[in-house]
Amino acid sequence: MWDYSETVQEHFFNPRNAGAVENANATGDVGSLSCGDALRLTLKIDKKNEVIIRAGFQTFGCGSAIASSSALTEIIKGMTIDNALKVSNQDIADYLDGLPPEKMHCSVMGREALHAAIANYRGEVWQDDHEEGALVCKCFAIDEVLIEETIRENALKTVEDVSNFTKAGGGCSSCHEGIENILARVMAENGEKFDPNAVAGEIVKPTSGLTNIQRMKRIDALIDEIRPNLQRDHGDVELLEVDGKNIYVKMTGACSGCHMATTTLGGIQQHLAEGLGEFIQVLPAEALVQRTSSGAQ
Amino acid sequence: MTTGIYLDNNATTMVAPEVVEEMLPFFSEQFGNPSSLHQFGNKVGRRLKKARKQIQVLLGAEHDSEIIFTSCGTESDSTAILSALKAQPDRRTIITTIVEHPAVLSLCEYLEKDDYIVHYLKVDKKGRLDMQEYISLLSDEVAIVSIMWANNESGTLFPIEEMAELSRSAGVIFHTDAVQAVGKLPMNLKENSVDMLSLSGHKLHAPKGIGVLYLRRGVRFRPLLRGGHQERGRRAGTENSASIVALGKACEMAQENMWHEKSEVKAMRDRLEHGIIEAVSHCFVTGDPNNRLPNTCNIAFEYIEGEAILLLLNKLGIAASSGSACTSGSLEPSHVMRAMDIPFTAAHGSVRFSFSRYNTMEEVEKVIRAVPPIVAQLRKLSPYWDGNGPVEDSEKVFSPNYA
Ligand SMILES: Cc1ncc(COP(=O)(O)O)c(C=O)c1O
Repeated sequence: MWDYSETVQEHFFNPRNAGAVENANATGDVGSLSCGDALRLTLKIDKKNEVIIRAGFQTFGCGSAIASSSALTEIIKGMTIDNALKVSNQDIADYLDGLPPEKMHCSVMGREALHAAIANYRGEVWQDDHEEGALVCKCFAIDEVLIEETIRENALKTVEDVSNFTKAGGGCSSCHEGIENILARVMAENGEKFDPNAVAGEIVKPTSGLTNIQRMKRIDALIDEIRPNLQRDHGDVELLEVDGKNIYVKMTGACSGCHMATTTLGGIQQHLAEGLGEFIQVLPAEALVQRTSSGAQ
Repeated sequence: MTTGIYLDNNATTMVAPEVVEEMLPFFSEQFGNPSSLHQFGNKVGRRLKKARKQIQVLLGAEHDSEIIFTSCGTESDSTAILSALKAQPDRRTIITTIVEHPAVLSLCEYLEKDDYIVHYLKVDKKGRLDMQEYISLLSDEVAIVSIMWANNESGTLFPIEEMAELSRSAGVIFHTDAVQAVGKLPMNLKENSVDMLSLSGHKLHAPKGIGVLYLRRGVRFRPLLRGGHQERGRRAGTENSASIVALGKACEMAQENMWHEKSEVKAMRDRLEHGIIEAVSHCFVTGDPNNRLPNTCNIAFEYIEGEAILLLLNKLGIAASSGSACTSGSLEPSHVMRAMDIPFTAAHGSVRFSFSRYNTMEEVEKVIRAVPPIVAQLRKLSPYWDGNGPVEDSEKVFSPNYA
């Protein structure tokens, strides 16, 4: 099943501070039943110096939820509440010698219970400041909500964009389909359509070391080199637009609609890629129309 | 044999020692390619024929040519569904159920993105289908009906023979994922209307990585893998001869042990179930207790979480599995438990015990003794539990923030 560290196992099998603290003066309830996790943290805080004298937990949850709760209570016992508030979920995970990425949310729950309990002690109302979604990228432990928000805030359009902003999808590739689905959903909110062929939004720096003008001229020249070949077959090609790695061309004469058109495009692409010394994609005029009409830039 | 008590036979089974013995020569002296003309291949070819026969007998199929070897249950499911869609391009609808194995569900969800229409039949609290709903959905738009014979989590059986009959009357191809049912229930495919059936070797004491798609003679078919002429071109790729021979032997043994499944395996399951229900409060059997696999029992323990139960069982050498979210790393408990409307407090605590003929009554008694203290130990930690029962009005007393 899970690759739990020895420490996680130890804290699960022999949890510390299990049960409610008697005469507690701080209680924090967090969790979500639908997620299968819920935690109640009770604390006895010394009113004079605000030191946590005793801490107890009650947890409905899996092995790592119980271990995280146990670790949390051990960490915070004897701390002032100000210092306790500085304990991060990573501290809890580190105390346990790490948690599997799918289980990091257990440590988050621990931190939140602590904040909720201290708010309760101070007579404040604690507001949950994060929403948790299903884990999408297992390599870097990135969840759905984070990906969704990042796409929205930055108007991301490709999986590559998402990897650049969140790391999600930068590892084993298994979540690319899932990220594409999220992209499609979020883009649909603005009436946009996700285009799996789009290239990442950042202006692509030409790897060939040419300035943009030089590169443009070079592309023009390379296309001119091919034209005699096409003209011999009563066809022609025209450069329409250069957009980063995407180069749009229009096939004319015998080449337009000819069943060899895609083969020809492939040939042009190879010629340009070799001439420029970088990876590019040659696309037909139709793709340009699609791109402008769908509103994607 | 390894020590410990293995009650997770719906996940996978031990390869029977007789099966191992039978397959071993096919790694060494009998390594030939069954398609080859020479003596090395020839002999292997004859053994594959025998295996095909053994499987035909267990399924009660009319012809041995109706057996197509695949690499697993998942491949059989995919082949069946995609074949029906390819062979009938004008039919773009699929009927299945909400509680299928991911081998069918994920594929259907994926097909929906390509604008296929999928109807997921709902189940009631006991995991039963509404036949009226099913009948109302059958039409000539439907390319295939794919319904599991037995549910892997709850063991609940669907009325496959009846549903196949209805499907045939409507002129629709009927497939069943019988991965959990084959070897545990008697079958007689020549007498019913099932067009395609998937099975998987590792659920009936054959190795992992071998499966079968039964394809009734005359049913329209398109292969998933194209290439060589193996399996009459219906599934290309050089045959996994050792595993095919093994599966044949395993099917023969399953046939011989069918009575044992119905009587002794069932008796062990029932004893375990009664023993636990008697000793532990606030737990209940999920699914349809009167209509399920003889080897499966799924018990939901309220107010505690399944993974924690499994870890404590595992410490005592007892292997079972759970529908809790945490065992799968997702945030939702099992879709099967949710479909039956099992409350979250119980769905997360559902534990499946699944038997095989290699279990013993002695093991059952050990498990019956092990479970109550584990449940008590975890309930002591649970914020929903107070002393001897759930906290009263648990919603109010414990209502965590950010639910
Ligand atoms: C009902 C059901 N269908 C399909 C499968 C998949 O079989 P396999 O693991 O051979 O691909 C399983 C096994 O996990 C199953 O229980």
